[in-house]
Amino acid sequence: MGDTLYTQLLDLACGAFLLAAVVVLWLRQLASIVRVFALQGVALAAVAALLGAHEGRWELLAVAVGIALLRAGLLPHLVRRALSAPAWPAHPGHHYEEDVSEARETRPLVNVAASLLSAALLTLLSYAVARPLVELNPTPATRALPVGLAVVLTGFFTLVTRRRALAQVVGFLLMDNGITAVAFLAASGVPLIVELGVSFDVLLAVLVLRILTTRMRAAFGGTGIDDLRELREW
Amino acid sequence: MVTLALLTGPIAVPLAVSGARALGGVTVRSRPRRRVRVPAAPRPVAALPGGGPAPGPPPPAGLPDAGLPDTGPPDSALPAVRDGAVRRDGWEAAGVLCALTVLACAAGLAVTVTRHGPATAYGRLLRADALSVWMLLAVGAVATLALAAGPRGPDRDAAAARRYDVLVHALLATLGLAVLAANLGVLWIAIEATTILTAFLVGHRRTRACVEAAWKYMVICSAGIALALLGTVLIYYAARQAGVPEALALDWPTLARRAGGLDPAVTRLGTGLVVLGFGAKAGLAPLHAWLPDTYGQAPAPVAALMSGVLSSVAFAGLLRYKVIADAALGPAWSCALLTGTALLTLALAAALLLAQRDYRRMLAYSSMEHMSLIALGAAVGTPLAASAMLLHILGHGLAKTVAFCAAGHLERLRGTTRIGRVRGLLAEAPVLGTALALAVLALLGLPPSGLFAAELGLVRAGFAAGMGWSTGAALVLLLTAFAALGTRTARMLLGPPPAPRPPARLGARTALPLLAGLLLCAALGVGTGPLTGLLASAAEIAGGR
Repeated sequence: MGDTLYTQLLDLACGAFLLAAVVVLWLRQLASIVRVFALQGVALAAVAALLGAHEGRWELLAVAVGIALLRAGLLPHLVRRALSAPAWPAHPGHHYEEDVSEARETRPLVNVAASLLSAALLTLLSYAVARPLVELNPTPATRALPVGLAVVLTGFFTLVTRRRALAQVVGFLLMDNGITAVAFLAASGVPLIVELGVSFDVLLAVLVLRILTTRMRAAFGGTGIDDLRELREW
Repeated sequence: MVTLALLTGPIAVPLAVSGARALGGVTVRSRPRRRVRVPAAPRPVAALPGGGPAPGPPPPAGLPDAGLPDTGPPDSALPAVRDGAVRRDGWEAAGVLCALTVLACAAGLAVTVTRHGPATAYGRLLRADALSVWMLLAVGAVATLALAAGPRGPDRDAAAARRYDVLVHALLATLGLAVLAANLGVLWIAIEATTILTAFLVGHRRTRACVEAAWKYMVICSAGIALALLGTVLIYYAARQAGVPEALALDWPTLARRAGGLDPAVTRLGTGLVVLGFGAKAGLAPLHAWLPDTYGQAPAPVAALMSGVLSSVAFAGLLRYKVIADAALGPAWSCALLTGTALLTLALAAALLLAQRDYRRMLAYSSMEHMSLIALGAAVGTPLAASAMLLHILGHGLAKTVAFCAAGHLERLRGTTRIGRVRGLLAEAPVLGTALALAVLALLGLPPSGLFAAELGLVRAGFAAGMGWSTGAALVLLLTAFAALGTRTARMLLGPPPAPRPPARLGARTALPLLAGLLLCAALGVGTGPLTGLLASAAEIAGGR
């Protein structure tokens, strides 16, 4: 694979990776958000595969396959199942309102236009922050490092501003995708044992969040974070 | 061979107990609750609409009122305590034995490490140096106390009791792994695993408040910990660029040795993220919002474990990165970062302590206060400050465990966590009241508690190191927290009891561990005895210069 082609493909994959994070901010239907998140997993796997092919490290291709299975298959599947879980017939009073809004992010703290603007600002910020990282070892891969950081920041932003439990889960997963991208672009991935442990932890975290979502629906009649008002200072 | 066993034990034994409980626990009888027997009904567990009990074998006959509010007449108090003590089944004892094994392994490692230096096992996966042995001692001591003295939550059924045991032992195993991991990646994995396990434990009671606390905890800590992973990845990148081979680039001893060659800008970014991330787990600002809710809702032994050791284990992880940052950048960066974080946390904790009306949340903010003092000790970084910091970690773990366990019994006794609704505790329950009083006195830093020695050492070291302004500000805030905690506890303890009734008793099995914890904490204040050598070498590692 020629160097130019490699660079172009890498940039393409990283662009798709960043674009997916921004589209997550743009969309409101949770089902579509999960679909875009799965596409982002494919882009991440493509980044890993390109790096593996370019450096001739074939074990990276296996890692890429693992990433695709986990992040484009298993994790979106888990989130989607939590989304389609049958509503608890518990709270009769809440039934009508919640049934309609459950699958949509209806009231984010920051509206969509402002969210997209923030994503642009966060991307600029990550380019500024990542300058020393790129200067340390300027290669086509490390030049794409700010993209990973931008996705981490966008994920954090999603986590903070979205008021649906599952949208927050997707925000956490975006952060994790971004970190994995940074690891690949900076140093062709962390050692395998760490990569495995991290993936396992993330999988468990999503499972826990899913169970908590179910419990939340049972206890509060919905998954709106604003309903969590039992515990406060005064 | 012995070293291998000592290093494996703290992880494998709890894991084995956890596995055995998960697989074999189904047939064991359900456990009756141990209780402080009083006429008042315990706080009713809010019924979850639709959230029925998990399927499990029905509680066998012959264990009446295992999950029901206890409304017996006052004169039945004493026999019931004995009865409950006798009927406890083996798993509780297994839990204490398991924690004692961790403590014994830590003691064995302490001997090995002080004689022969750091010990490693499984290639470069596990490693015990003086710092990790000190932390392991804290884990073992706090776990033993918490599991022996703490009132567990009211288990709804046998399946819930089993789940609780499985999770607590798994948590103990991950704490052991987090302390003994030599690889920074494995350290991260272990700390994230503690988050996952404790999220379930916090939500154990399944009330609305518990679900809310568990959700906040999981979301804030996972996000914080993710930032720490990003920081770790950046350190790995810097190490690889400095020529460290792939297999060793996350190995802490290698990194600490070759930290001088790391790129300063990248290391600065990486350690900043790690301080933010592991600081979230340690209860340091700005990602501290989960802490009061979580400590307020978790079952008492779990709150004790989280406050007593989990937060300081996360902080010990942070100390490993601080050593790298100090070698790569000089001490100014970590000093400024940690001082800022510590003072911000201390100010928040003091302000919220002043306004506190719930005694479990009050203890939670007191934990934030103590973690910020520990962070300040790390920021000062001289050998004296480092010793004071380690002493603070152990002393705070012991005192806070006693306080949370006593608060758990108090919650069961009175059915409330509001400070305003508790009066005359010393007259109503003398042993429980005394335990809580002594624990709070220790937490306030009065002699002879170990925390007095630690805080004195910190203040002396702070002024000697030329950090007079920060230390002075910390002292003022500390005094505010002191007044808030002191007056609120005094209000609960003193005064006449609400109604004339015979004093509620605490079984000897509960009272003895509480007493042991207080005595140990006081002993630490008098002198470190056989631990002196270990403390000195641990302080040398943590100080890093």
